Amino acid sequence: MATQNRPLSPHLQVYRLPLTALLSITHRMTGVGLTFGTLLLAWWVTAAAYGQAEYAQVQAFLGSWIGLILLLGFSFALFFHLCNGIRHLFWDFGSYFELHETRRADIFVLIGAAALTAATWVMVL
Amino acid sequence: MAEFTLPKNSKVKKGTAHPKPDGATNTRTFSVYRYDPDTESNPQLDSYEVDMDTCGPMVLDALLKIKDEMDATLTLRRSCREGICGSCAMNIDGRNTLACLKPIDECKKDVKVYPLPHLPVVKDLVPDVNHIYAQLTSIEPWMKADTAPPPNGERKQSPEERAKLDGLWECILCFCCTTSCPSYWWNGDRYLGPAVLLQAARWINDSRDEATGERLDQLEDPFRLYRCHTIMNCTNACPKGLNPAKAIADIKTKMVERLG
Repeated sequence: MATQNRPLSPHLQVYRLPLTALLSITHRMTGVGLTFGTLLLAWWVTAAAYGQAEYAQVQAFLGSWIGLILLLGFSFALFFHLCNGIRHLFWDFGSYFELHETRRADIFVLIGAAALTAATWVMVL
Repeated sequence: MAEFTLPKNSKVKKGTAHPKPDGATNTRTFSVYRYDPDTESNPQLDSYEVDMDTCGPMVLDALLKIKDEMDATLTLRRSCREGICGSCAMNIDGRNTLACLKPIDECKKDVKVYPLPHLPVVKDLVPDVNHIYAQLTSIEPWMKADTAPPPNGERKQSPEERAKLDGLWECILCFCCTTSCPSYWWNGDRYLGPAVLLQAARWINDSRDEATGERLDQLEDPFRLYRCHTIMNCTNACPKGLNPAKAIADIKTKMVERLG
């Protein structure tokens, strides 16, 4: 009997991921995003140390629409990772594992991240 | 390693459409994953128009009706038809559950039925779960005690000690949870997965078992236990309403507690 070539059953292709799972993968992606955001931040600080011309150059880039989009993404990634990270702290203490609790926390994390991002930009602009 | 796409031999092709039976007015389409190991061809998605006026309420009723009346070659596991045996675990409407407990009315109009995700397929809706069974064996799911039982009877347990096993002993090993877990999809060769870890918790929490330390030692591993990232798909999938994610978190807590 041929058992070598068994196909692999579909997984990501067919699974309807629950919201908690979507937030989990977003947590991972925002974590990666924060690495690049921190590089951006380091570039800005280094430019300030180099001198006025270099600093003005970075400022101009960050002030352009592409720079602003990057900063918006960076700030959202930061606040999402923070909010979901706090939920992970509760999980690490062994609490909030019931489904009605995780559903409520999903909403809290999303609203929290959006509200903090919006508040930051209202203050800056 | 995470491979997000299916291998070439696993891509699902368009299949045969089985039309509605003569005279049927109230029908529903079931799209069912089919794979025949006797041919060289890829798996395909066959569709069946099932007469709902003469069909029972559950997805399993519809699948058996298809097998009885429309296409006898459809292959699936089933036994108790009431959520006790765990045989008819499959992916229905995008989520893992037992076909016998899933009402057709709760599914989208076109009911999609696939085998449990990310497993080798033996035939149609029958996946190969041998690897998961081997992992279950590895945690030694039986009571281990060096001291002899009392000569005049069984090992006693207080009601409080017994209560610690509630939510753990009810598992029927259908593996809806394990095969819903993305972490298990990507690292199933070494990560034990929610079902097996829930069983591990069942023995770790048993007051009569004397191998708690040994059991924790065996799980203290970057992959076996700690590939759980609290994605919560397991708890969302469990057709018995159990909470494998919480059981895993309890094991992690015990790991920290024993450090003193």
